[in-house]
Amino acid sequence: MEKTLRKYFALFALPALICFALAFFIPMVWGFILSFCEFTTITDASFVGLQNYIRAFTVDNYFTQAFWFTLGFTIVTVITINILAFALALVLTKNVPGTNAFRTIFFMPNLIGGIVLGWIWQVVLNGVLASFEQTLLSDAKYGFWGLVILMNWQNIGYMMVIYIAAIQNIPADMLEAASIDGADGKTTLFRITIPSVMPSITICMFLTLTNGFKLYDQNLALTNGAPNHQTEMLALNIFNTFYSRVGFEGVGQAKAVMFTILVAAIALIQLVATRSREVEN
Amino acid sequence: MAMVGKKYTKWIIFAILVVVAAFIVFPILVVVMNSFKANLFISSTGAFQLPNSQSFVGTANYTNGIDRISFFSAFGYSLWITVASVIFILLLTSMLAWYITRVKGKVTNIIYYLLVFSMIVPFQMVMFTMSKFSNMIHLDNPIGIIVLYVGFGCGMSTFMFSGFIKSIPIALEEAAMIDGATPVRTFFSVVLPMLKSTAITIAILETMWVWNDYLMPYLVIGTEYRTIPVAIQYLRGGYGSVDMGAMMAMLVLAMIPVIIFYLFCQKYIIKGVLAGAVKG
Repeated sequence: MEKTLRKYFALFALPALICFALAFFIPMVWGFILSFCEFTTITDASFVGLQNYIRAFTVDNYFTQAFWFTLGFTIVTVITINILAFALALVLTKNVPGTNAFRTIFFMPNLIGGIVLGWIWQVVLNGVLASFEQTLLSDAKYGFWGLVILMNWQNIGYMMVIYIAAIQNIPADMLEAASIDGADGKTTLFRITIPSVMPSITICMFLTLTNGFKLYDQNLALTNGAPNHQTEMLALNIFNTFYSRVGFEGVGQAKAVMFTILVAAIALIQLVATRSREVEN
Repeated sequence: MAMVGKKYTKWIIFAILVVVAAFIVFPILVVVMNSFKANLFISSTGAFQLPNSQSFVGTANYTNGIDRISFFSAFGYSLWITVASVIFILLLTSMLAWYITRVKGKVTNIIYYLLVFSMIVPFQMVMFTMSKFSNMIHLDNPIGIIVLYVGFGCGMSTFMFSGFIKSIPIALEEAAMIDGATPVRTFFSVVLPMLKSTAITIAILETMWVWNDYLMPYLVIGTEYRTIPVAIQYLRGGYGSVDMGAMMAMLVLAMIPVIIFYLFCQKYIIKGVLAGAVKG
């Protein structure tokens, strides 16, 4: 069968591969090369070595600032989203009345797109801040916590669904044995529930981690980096470097390469973390 | 006594859940409420006041917003791009996945790892070159962008399909081929029917992605053809202040199809999310 099928490369594999090459592979290789060049359109490039990479940090400090902002934002959201989602999942697996309705409601924000979400929260947060005579843009800390609230609102339901499935998979006899042995709620939680759902915790940690680092749409719609680039995250900073300053395309591309390495590194660590856990089990 | 205590905890938990649910629903209600108010009454603390005889403007925000961003054409583009992309992603990547899983070799191995690699590369890496390149080769229209979506959706979708194909026995396919079926016939009448549940999962995940995607349609076709997210962001305009009334109304219209889709396909969506999370 393999021999016959092999001849059908053009029919089965080629159509998707052409799309893949046009949309991803060629632009990626090209982009990588251009990160070492100076250019304004993609065909008039001249080689400048590492200059773009150096300029990414020296021409202004927005990129470094965006990195720290993104890192802080990601750390806070990874912790809050996972704790809240896990707590909700614990509660919703305890036969509380209306479990299904709650689950439906909690998950819903996840389907709404980032741009729409950003504008929704802009109105709500500006409404709240108005009673203190402030707006979202009057201080970077409002933008920061606004984004944190928005991200929690959007992601808690998603992670909760993953945790619920994991908790429901814990064998009932294990929990029963624990209660016969006289384990209280706290012991059961830390000795049985949490260790049993550890793989899901790893998955959710990395999902929230990459979601945080790659955030763009919500950032654009909520604050667009204001005031003065202080709430600009990495993805938005890269976009602005490309498109709002002429002559900085190379710097934007160099930043994009560094961003890719950062995100890929997180993914690799995740791969190693999940693999080693699989071996343990 | 213990029973009474337990019962109380249950109601306390219930009350907390109601509060959380209110927190989830509240922003959406605020937007719906404000979509019927005049601009002046949306800003500042007025945002949380119900429309009254002074602020109520009926459906003016809706007609105004629909006009300004041509909402229905945006809806049409979003719908066309999402449906066409998802159909082509499903068809082309299931074929690719079958080929690279069943034909072992260096080339198919390299293809597989390239596809996996593409899943972790953020869009910003290819954003600039891809939008210029697609402009050069004339993919910057509502039909060409389908090619780009297939290319970008390829990674995850092929990965998930081939994960499933690996788990099904090859014997059925071999039997069909020995009986004289061509690979095309074998694929469509033996393999494809078995992929149904994986295909639903992938369809859900890709639909959520394409429908809500902002940057790619903005960069590639945004000046001429606006999808819903692009149209909404377009309301912000260049400088000046945003017409918040029209914005609220358009946010409501943008959410309605999503919520309807969710209520009808909830079961599949949650299943899809679970499968996607475990594999991705």
